Parts: sequence; structure tokens; C-alpha cells
Amino acid sequence: MATETLIWLLPLPPVLAFFLIVLFTNKNKALSHTIGVGAAALSWLGSMVVFSRALGVEHLGERPFTSSIPWLPTGETWLRIGVLIDPLGAAVLFFVAWTIFMIFLYSVGYHNFGQPEGDHDRPGLQPHGATVTDEHGHRHVVPSVEPMYSRFFAFLGLFAFGMYTLVVSDNLLTLFVGWEIMGLCSYLLIGFWYGKESARNAAVKAFMTTRIGDVFMLLGIAFLYSATGTLTFREIFTEEVLHALATTTTPILGLSAVGLIALLLFIGTVGKSAQWPLHVWLPDAMEGPTPVSAMIHAATMVSAGVYAVIRMFPLLTADFDGHTLTTAMSVVAFIGAFTALFAATIAVAQNDIKRVLAYSTISQLGYMIAALGIGAYVAAAFHLITHAFFKALLFLGSGSVIHGMEHGVLHTGNHHVDPQDMFNMGGLRKKMPITFWTFLVGGFALSGFPLITAGFWSKDEILADAFGHGHLAVFVTLAVAAFLTAFYTMRQITLTFLGEPRTKEAEHAQETPWTMTVPLIVLSVFAVTYGWVGIPEHFPLFGGILPNWFHNFVGSTLAEEPEALPFNLIPLMTSLVVALGGLLLGWLAYRNVKTPAEDKLQIPLLKNKWYFDEAYDFLFIKPSYWFAETFVYKWMDKGVIDGILHAFGHATAFLGTWIRNYIDKAIINELIGDGSARLTQWFGGRLRPIQTGRIQQYMLASLGVLIVIGGLMFSLLVK
Amino acid sequence: MTILFFLFATVILVSAVMVVSARNLIHAALWLVSTLFGVAALYALLEAGFMAVVQVVIYIGAIAILFIFAVMLTRRELRDKGPGLNANWWLSALISALVFGGLLFLLSGWSGFSKASAGLPSEFDAVGALGEALVSPQAFVLPFEVASVLLVAAMVGAVYVALKQK
Amino acid sequence: MIPLSWYLILSAALFSIGLFGVLARRNAIAILLGIELMLNAVNINLVSFWRYGDVTQMAGQVFAIIVFAVAAAEVAVGLALIISVYRTRKTVVADELDLMKW
Repeated sequence: MATETLIWLLPLPPVLAFFLIVLFTNKNKALSHTIGVGAAALSWLGSMVVFSRALGVEHLGERPFTSSIPWLPTGETWLRIGVLIDPLGAAVLFFVAWTIFMIFLYSVGYHNFGQPEGDHDRPGLQPHGATVTDEHGHRHVVPSVEPMYSRFFAFLGLFAFGMYTLVVSDNLLTLFVGWEIMGLCSYLLIGFWYGKESARNAAVKAFMTTRIGDVFMLLGIAFLYSATGTLTFREIFTEEVLHALATTTTPILGLSAVGLIALLLFIGTVGKSAQWPLHVWLPDAMEGPTPVSAMIHAATMVSAGVYAVIRMFPLLTADFDGHTLTTAMSVVAFIGAFTALFAATIAVAQNDIKRVLAYSTISQLGYMIAALGIGAYVAAAFHLITHAFFKALLFLGSGSVIHGMEHGVLHTGNHHVDPQDMFNMGGLRKKMPITFWTFLVGGFALSGFPLITAGFWSKDEILADAFGHGHLAVFVTLAVAAFLTAFYTMRQITLTFLGEPRTKEAEHAQETPWTMTVPLIVLSVFAVTYGWVGIPEHFPLFGGILPNWFHNFVGSTLAEEPEALPFNLIPLMTSLVVALGGLLLGWLAYRNVKTPAEDKLQIPLLKNKWYFDEAYDFLFIKPSYWFAETFVYKWMDKGVIDGILHAFGHATAFLGTWIRNYIDKAIINELIGDGSARLTQWFGGRLRPIQTGRIQQYMLASLGVLIVIGGLMFSLLVK
Repeated sequence: MTILFFLFATVILVSAVMVVSARNLIHAALWLVSTLFGVAALYALLEAGFMAVVQVVIYIGAIAILFIFAVMLTRRELRDKGPGLNANWWLSALISALVFGGLLFLLSGWSGFSKASAGLPSEFDAVGALGEALVSPQAFVLPFEVASVLLVAAMVGAVYVALKQK
Repeated sequence: MIPLSWYLILSAALFSIGLFGVLARRNAIAILLGIELMLNAVNINLVSFWRYGDVTQMAGQVFAIIVFAVAAAEVAVGLALIISVYRTRKTVVADELDLMKW
């Protein structure tokens, strides 16, 4: 099969799975997950084929796999949509396919397939366990299967469709379509357990916040289309178009057209990738099931935001001269670096295992955005891919931990214990070894543990780029954030896995089934090895052993291949210090901490996320509600509009009554109706006595009339 | 001739006035007889001899007698009570006068009003001609027969109406 | 000698007198008497027109004969009716026979 055709077909299996499950196999759990996982496997297989073929093409950047069809007729021309796999696309496709496949597989075990149905389980709420009697007559409570099992795979399939569409598309329109589909699925999946009020609110919050970003992105797309007449990437990223856009100025803040478009598109990413100030939805999104958190908030949806900016890199840097950052780039770099530090500070004070990872994701995305802001194209793409692997790994690992804890909760029967609170855990390395080791790998990768983890190579490259190009403010901020990252990661690992179990539930935790641990293992392999495809050439000792394949491959996507930086010792030392120092400090600080009261970093400001949620509530949410409820509903709708209608009603009723009383009754009934009757009666009464019954009088009358008429006629005729 | 005419005209008119004003109905009937006689005489003056005789026989001999019988059969006492004329007699007089005046007025406009009589042709058998006219199919046999049917009907009707139901 | 007009005036007068009798008399039989007078006036008219027109045309006399017959029939039936009415209502005063009213 031609590669282009294969690329077109990649998004198809998941969406087919969605429709099949929704229409036909909703009741059959086994069939649903088979369809779902099978679809993910098919798309994964196709993606691997495409990737391997892409590797074999020389100069893929200049001759990518591409195919398009005319779609929207626009007067004389057509808006075309199509597929494109250039080096960047191939690299992204690789990790998207793997992570989606792993997450589909993981979900089978996560939702307890094969377990009995719960005692009081209802669709819309989390499963709470089923009582089972074994052969000795002992009753245990075991985890129960998720009642809405098939629905989950259906939504996951739709989501995968959205992501594949976004990755393979060659134009902004279908990219945006994929973007929005994922937004919808994010809403559906965060609110998966719709019986929980917090989940419902989180879903709405996520959708609304990302929507703000999407509106600006759409403005950017519209502006781009009106300025260039096309939305296809390869047609926009040509010298002439970019130059034309770079030299047009817009009335907004003195930005050039390209700068304004880049900023508008970037705002979409701010929403989608949960950057400050639109970061508020991501932590709340942890209400969704863990595979959802892994998928959406690690591997795919938030990565889609960064991917969009990476795609738009030529646009962002169209008027970049290589040294001074343009306005757009400065904004991007600022938001990225600020978010990286800001989120890291909050993460150190969180106690929920998933919340730590959520803020960590926000922080790491900030890294990538900052890298793009300073023009480090390859570094940002590298970190995107490595982060996807190890963050997915960490989230799935946390899901495994929570599962194990829930096992303990069901065992003890004490439902007031939160299985997600790290302070209830401890010592889990003994109970859940596979989870422990894979989580450790992921955590070290996140912290940037030198040499053997992928995170080290990608994070180091960003720091090197920042330092090398002289953006010292960004460099320092990212370094501090890296220190905090290592610190809170080690805090997390120490509290969860090391030491002794702090609660009975932790004592009774169990390792999770193979459907959950195998994906962990696979992802940890990538978390270790993927870094080695991007070792810089001039790195001491190791540089040059393996070619910097990543740099060459992905860098060739751009028209001008970025040159590799000469090696500098300072960023390397900085990253070693912050990574190892953070890890050590984290272990030292937390190995003896047993309760939150002993945790000195439970500062209210950090714990409460710098009070941003409260601020937004005060500034935006409450006024919106006031506007809707009081102004629009009470005053305008009920007061003015209903008032007008009521006034009409009253006026009509008044008019009607007046007409009834003064015209209908008085004139028509009385005067005309009854009046004519009375007149006739009066006349009749007067005329009645004429009929006396006496013939002679009748004859007199007739003769009299005859004479009169005869005289009249005679006089008339004679004349 | 003229004198005879005036004589007979007077008789007729006076008798007629008495007919309509006599209170006693028998008197009125008898005055009717007188009027009829006058009319018969007038017919004779008009050289319609058959008509004169038939007038006497039929009208006086049958109809007037019938009137007298009817008067006798419809009174409780031999004396007439009350006035002979009803309340509106003046209006009736007015109407009659107007009718008379109207008729005269109409007639006066007619050209043949003052015609003189022509003489009878010699050897003219008036009665024979009348007889022939009455039975001749080209003349008036049909009205004649219909009249006889009418008389039968009247007879039957009168008998039925006046029959005393038991 | 005697103009036609005299006969016509005479019959008109007789007719009017008869009309007066019909309209003004109380007794029903007297009304019939008036009707007879009117019929006779008509007959006088017919015969004089016969005499003063074409004498060979018998239509005038024939018409008068038919009028005789009709008058006779009418009197018979009329008097029978009056007698019948007298039997039930015990009156022949025309004013009292007033059932043909409202």
C-alpha cells in the first residue's frame, strides 16, 4: 500500500471502534475492549510502517509523504485538506502511536475487566467493590468491574481519532478539527464518572478554559487565511509568504502580521497545554480515570498544544534574526519559563499523587514552550517526545499505585481513607515491585538523572540552548524549576514507595495485573533509551558514539536546518547539580516524614495554588453568573421582554374589553341587534290591528291602494 | 226612445240605491228585483230580446228568490237589528265615488265614447245567431260547455256546503 | 239618438253603487246583493257594446250569457256558505266573521 494512503487510513480504526462500540457492542465488555485495543493496535501497526518507511527516505524534510484533496470550494479556488508526514510528523507519530496503544491496553486492567460486578455499583460513579465468597466461606471484598466499561473505550477511540487526525494533517483546518475533537473527548472523559459533582464541574472547567484559548486560535487561523489564502503548512512556510507576513504590520501593539498570528495561535496552546494563565483546568482534570489523565495530560492532548507551536515555528520565527527575540517569541518564552517555575512551586505542596504529576506536566510543558520561545526547535521537539513517554509512564504508574491502594481499602473496608493521598502510602516498593521500579525510572527521567534517562538529554539540551544563545533569565528560571522538579519527584517517590507503610491499607496493597504492568515496562524502556538518539555531537566522552540522529532527522523539517551548538560546560554542570541535588535533598527531607503536619513545605499559598482559582472565581466567574442570572435573566428577559409582552397582553385585554362593552354590547347588540328587533316589534304592533279579519275592511284597503297606484301610474304614463 | 231610456235608468239607479241602503233585508231583496226588472227593460231597449227574457227568468225567477230564501233562513227574529251599514260606510262611499269618477275619466278619453248606434241589418235573426254562436265549434261551444260544468260543480258544492251534518 | 256613453255612465254608476254595497253593508247577504248589482252593471256594459259595435259578432251576448251562468253559480255557492256559517256561528254580520286575522 502506498505510504500516503496508509497515512490517510491511520485515524480510521479508532473512529470505527467508537461507532461500533456506541452502536452495537455497548453491552458486551469483552467485545468492546477487543475492538478498542484492536483498533489502537491497527493504528499503531500502520504508524510503525509509516515511521520505518519515513526513516528510509533521504531528505524527508524536502520530500515528505504528502497527499491532499480539494475540500471546500471557495470561489475560483479550493481549500485543500490532506496528510503530511515530514520528519517532525514521523517522530511525533511514533510516540503518539505507542502511548495510545499502551494506554488502551492499560485501561483493560485499570477498569478491572474480568472482575465481578459491584454490590452497589451504578453507571456514573466509581466502582466500589464486590463481595465474593470463596471456597472456605470467607467473604472478601474485591475490586469490581467498571459499569460503563464499553463507553470508556468508545470515548478513548474518539479521542485517539482526534489525535491521529491532528498529527497527520497537513493544514490548520484539520489540525483544528482534531484539536476540538480532543477537547470534546477531554470533557467527556474528565466527566466520565458523571455522578460525582466534582467530576462534572472539572469537565466543564476544562472545556471552558480551553475554549478561551480555542477562540483566539480560531482568530489566528482566520487571520492567516485571509492574509495568505491558504491553510496548508507547506504553502504557508515558503519564503515569499513568510516574508510578506513579516513585513505587514498590524494595528495591534505594533506587531507584524506574522507575530500577531503566531501569538493568536499560541494562545490556543496556552489553553490546551495548560500554561499560565489558563492552567487552572489541568489539576481538576485529575477527576477523570487515570488512563485518561495519562492520555490527555501527558501523552497527547497537552502535547498537541506544543506540537501546534512547533509546527508553527517558521511562523513564530519569521522575523527572527537569530539573536534578539521578537515580541511574539519573548511572550512565548516568558510564559513558558514562568509557568515552568510557577507550577513547580505548587507541586512541592501537593499531597495527592496525581496532582503532583499534573503540576509537573504543566511545568514540563512550560519548558518546551520556553524552548520554542528562544528558538530551540529541536530541543523542544526532543523534550516533547521524551516527556510524553515518561509522563505517561508516571501517570500509569500512579494509576497502578492507586489500584493497589484501593485493594487495601477494600480489604480493610475503611472507605474514608483516600487511596490517592501519598501520606497514606509508604513502603509500596515491597508490595508493588514492578510499579516501583518503573515509577523510579520515570521519576528519574523527569528529574533529568544523568546519562541513563531520556529526560536528562532533552532537558540538558534546552538548558544548553538557553545559555548558549545568551537568554540568561530563561536559563536561570529553568534551572531553578529543574531543581524543584527533582525535589518534588523524589518527595513523591519517597513518600509513596520508600520507608514503611503508614496505614493498614498500604500494608495490604497488591501488585496490579499484567495488562497494567506490561505497558509500564514498555514505556520505561523508551524512557531510558529514547534519550540516546539525541546525544549532542560534542558531548564529552559520549558525543559522537551515536550520531545525533534526532537532531539531524527532526531538524531537517525546517527549511534551514538548525546548527548544533558548540558544547559548553556550564549548562551541563548546572543541570547535573540541580538534578542530583534535588533528588538527594528530596530523599533526605522526606525519608522520615510521616504526617502532613511534619511536612514543612505545606505552605498555604503553595497548597492553594497561589489562589488563582479563587481569583478567577472572583474576577470572572461570579460576574458572569451575576450577568447571566440577574442582568440577563431577571432584568432583561423577565423584566423587559416579558414586561413588553405582558404590556401587550394587558393592552389587548383592555382594548378587547372596551370593544366588547362599548361597541359590541352597546352598539351592535343593543342598538343594531336588539334595536332592529324592537323597531320591528313596534312596527308590527302598530300594524297588527290592520288585520281585523273583516273582509270588507280588507277590500277597502286594497281598493284604496289600487286607486292610489292607478292614479300614480296614470299620471306618470300620461306624461 | 230617449225618454224610455231615462225612465228605465232612473228605475235602475233608484232601486239600486235602495238595495244598498234598505235596512230590512227582505226590502233590499225586493228592491233588487226591481233593479233587475229595469235592467231587463234596458236589454229590450238594446234590442237584445233573448237577454231580456233570460234576465227575468234567471235573475228574478231564480236568483232573487234564492236571496229571499237565504234571508229567511238566516235570521233569528223577523226583525232586523242594528244599522244596515257598518262603521266605515263613509270611506266606502268615498271609494265608490272615486271609482265612479275614475271610470268616467278613463272612458271620457276613449274615442268611441259618443258613438251613436247603428241600425240593425234587415232580416237579422239575433236570437238565431246567438244560438248558433253558442253551439258552433268555430264559435263559443267550448265556453258554453265549460259553463255547464261550472254549474254542475257549483250545484254539488252548494249542496255539500249547506248540507246539515248529522 | 242614445249615445253609447249614456249606457256606459249608467253601468259605471250601477257598478259604483254595487261596490258601495259590498264595502259598506253589515249583513253578508246584503254584500251578495251588492255583488249582483255589480254583475248586472257588467252585463249592461257588454250588451251595449254588442249593440253599438258589429252586431253580427255575437261575442258580446255570449259573454253576457256566460256571466249569467257564473253569477248564478256564485250566488248559489255563496248563499250556501252563508247558511253554513250561520248554522255554526249564529250570525251573518260580516264584521263578526273575523277569524282571518293575526
